[in-house]
Amino acid sequence: MAELLLTPLVRYCEIAALWVRASTTYRASFWMLTVGGFLITGVDFVGIWILFHTVHSLGGFSLREVAFLYGGTGLAIAIADLFVGRIERLGSMIRLGRLDTMMVRPVPLLIQVCADEFALRRIARVVQALVVFGWASAYVDWSPGRVAMAASMVVSGSVIFFALFIAFACLQFWTADSAEVANAFTYGGNTLTSYPLTVFPGEVVKALTFVLPLAFVNWYPSLYILGRPDPLGFPAWTQVLSPVVALAMAGIAALVWRTGVRHYRSTGS
Amino acid sequence: MPLHVSIATRAFRRYSTYTAATLAGIFTNCVFGVIVCFVYTAVWDQSPRAGGYDVQDALTYAWLGQAMIMTVAVWGGGSPDDLAERIRSGDVALDFYRPVGILGWYVAADLGRATFHLLTRGIAPTIVGALLFDLRWPSGPITWLAVAASIPLAVLVSFSLRFLVAASGFWILDSQGTKVLAASAAVFFSGLTVPLVLFPGWLQDVAVLLPWATFLQVPADIWLGQRSGLEVLAGLGLQLFWAVALLAGCALVLRTAERKVVVQGG
Amino acid sequence: MGLIEARGLSRTFTVYKRSGRLNRTRTEVRAVHDLDLAIEPGEMVGYIGPNGAGKSTTIKMLTGILVPTGGHLRVAGVDPSRKRRALAHRIGVVFGQRTTLWWDLPLRDSFELLQKIYRVPSDRFRTNLAEFVELLDLGDLLDTPVRQLSLGQRMRGDITAALLHDPEILYLDEPTIGLDVISKGRLREFLRTLNAERGVTLLLTTHDLQDIEALCRRVIVIDHGTKVFDGALTELHRQGGSTRTLVVDLVDEAPPISVEGATARRVEGPRQWLSFPADASAAPLVAAVAAAYDVADLSIQEPDIEDVIRELYSRS
Repeated sequence: MAELLLTPLVRYCEIAALWVRASTTYRASFWMLTVGGFLITGVDFVGIWILFHTVHSLGGFSLREVAFLYGGTGLAIAIADLFVGRIERLGSMIRLGRLDTMMVRPVPLLIQVCADEFALRRIARVVQALVVFGWASAYVDWSPGRVAMAASMVVSGSVIFFALFIAFACLQFWTADSAEVANAFTYGGNTLTSYPLTVFPGEVVKALTFVLPLAFVNWYPSLYILGRPDPLGFPAWTQVLSPVVALAMAGIAALVWRTGVRHYRSTGS
Repeated sequence: MPLHVSIATRAFRRYSTYTAATLAGIFTNCVFGVIVCFVYTAVWDQSPRAGGYDVQDALTYAWLGQAMIMTVAVWGGGSPDDLAERIRSGDVALDFYRPVGILGWYVAADLGRATFHLLTRGIAPTIVGALLFDLRWPSGPITWLAVAASIPLAVLVSFSLRFLVAASGFWILDSQGTKVLAASAAVFFSGLTVPLVLFPGWLQDVAVLLPWATFLQVPADIWLGQRSGLEVLAGLGLQLFWAVALLAGCALVLRTAERKVVVQGG
Repeated sequence: MGLIEARGLSRTFTVYKRSGRLNRTRTEVRAVHDLDLAIEPGEMVGYIGPNGAGKSTTIKMLTGILVPTGGHLRVAGVDPSRKRRALAHRIGVVFGQRTTLWWDLPLRDSFELLQKIYRVPSDRFRTNLAEFVELLDLGDLLDTPVRQLSLGQRMRGDITAALLHDPEILYLDEPTIGLDVISKGRLREFLRTLNAERGVTLLLTTHDLQDIEALCRRVIVIDHGTKVFDGALTELHRQGGSTRTLVVDLVDEAPPISVEGATARRVEGPRQWLSFPADASAAPLVAAVAAAYDVADLSIQEPDIEDVIRELYSRS
């Protein structure tokens, strides 16, 4: 089991490390890209902060509580994007025949696709989310249970976004220019979960629980950590389900990926 | 002039070939539109006159924002991306020897692109938004006319900024970094993140005068009737001022770059 | 047991064609149909056919990129699409029209990345790299990013990349396309050496009959997804009735040349085209022409593969 998980991870890191070393980005451009990556998601939080100049709470949650939610989902998607974000380019890899060349190499295809042109600068988004998350965490009344829940939240949340990135990118096996559909679910999901779900109608929350389980990225674990009863009256045990949901999502994503690869038609002659 | 029309038409057609991408984009715009509407509803429920908007104004603003994202290419893109690529590959040197002005060429191409995006990713989400929420419409033909004048001006301002960003590649070779920085400024100061009317104090005083304010805030305020009479003219005037000033900047930058490329050979 | 074994190998694609504004009609295209292949270790086989005949589709099935829709396939004892990664260690692939290297990286970095990917032991990697750099004359290019290489240089880089992990089988998809005459010659020489000294099995698809002539004793011809010929090159020429053409530029205009073993097909001023059987030697013919006429220049045109196949197909 350890072997099964560890070997691909090692292969990923090896390829990623070579890309970092071989990075062809010019120095000035590297720093601008890094700072830009920090700012481009950072302005979203500044936006929330501005909203709180007008109101004192959003959906019954204070700025710090919203910041905790924002940081939780932000961290999850940033980590997922750092490691598997490149899969967005699957369509162009197919078009350019790069996927063919990856397929005749002895490293799992998914690892190669995700590690391709790995760029360390994408860590800027992780740092940005971490800053907000850290600031919000300073006001949490921590207990061992809550710390454990926070760790589980970040890991499970990342895995859920991993799965979404991969599963929706697989659409590109069938229609190459559908990359943006994935955005609606990944980045759309990220925006959605940046706010307390009490802002949205109950149907949305149910959909985010039973259909596209994004509520498990940060909402349910955060309710536990912030010590708040579920506003929609879901039982308390939903708050510990995130790891289970994450595993299920990962399983579905793996299945979709395998199906996609076996249906792959390659291009051209 | 017919040449520029045909450049614009070609750009329009180029984008119209990606049907699946367009539909996917419209879908994404709609998803974000709905999310923003629920957030704005929560805000305006508590503070019904925030920023001088009522809740209907706010919801309309949310969908206008989605409509303008691709039309003015807030995140970057459009014909300046082609320029950036030609600078990177060195092909731009050939452009300087063409008998047609570079700036006019790229303006025409971007207007063609913007027309396509307005007709698809501008109008479609607005219709969806109107079906889902009660939106406000321009109050009369004069307002419609002012909106119609405001949108191309917004595209021109945004084009010049994107062109300047791409042209930074003449000096730093790879303009991707500048592009990301410019995009984060554009997303925030255009009022896409939150309407500029909610910005606190001095930040708002400054933001409404910056070129990015002309992307969304100015056309939206004309649409919503937040600007009326002379204020409409003042808004269009601000757009015109930035369009002329920045296009002049583009021309100046091009002349400097030409000297660099042609004399030093790239 | 053969190194490559296929029985009844087939691949169909479902294609949707627009008919009218919204309707789409579904058609099945048979890219490869009922193909039998048996290739032994150490063979050099030319796999030829016109554009769209199914060559690339076959190679993609043999490498595991495409899943066959029918038939039985074993390469080095395994089913390629199910054991793609295990097979990857034993095969090398060169796609002539696109590079397997990384566009922005210098050759050296690409090779190092491949060393990691294939887990080639360091000493083995160093010996192999040194040998291929020497044989393919890549020494000065190692620090050049791939995007700046010429087509011929890139092809040499690609071939090195495909061989660093000591594969048993090397697939080459149009390896000489777009190369100049000298590069083609050097490449063929290299491939011959590779087969002779390392025993690497070669399967190459090509448009260029000279590639085959220089390298392959055996030729497999495919057309419309079906195998139409499998045998020796000489046999192909005999069956296909293929001819070569001797182009003669005379000093003065003359009536059609008549010599033994060739027929004048075309005359245009002082230039004449003589065709002769492809498996016959050109030397006696050239001598005969030179003896009887005042010759300014001579050149030989190789038979056109498309013609040979058309001929072959119309007979079968």
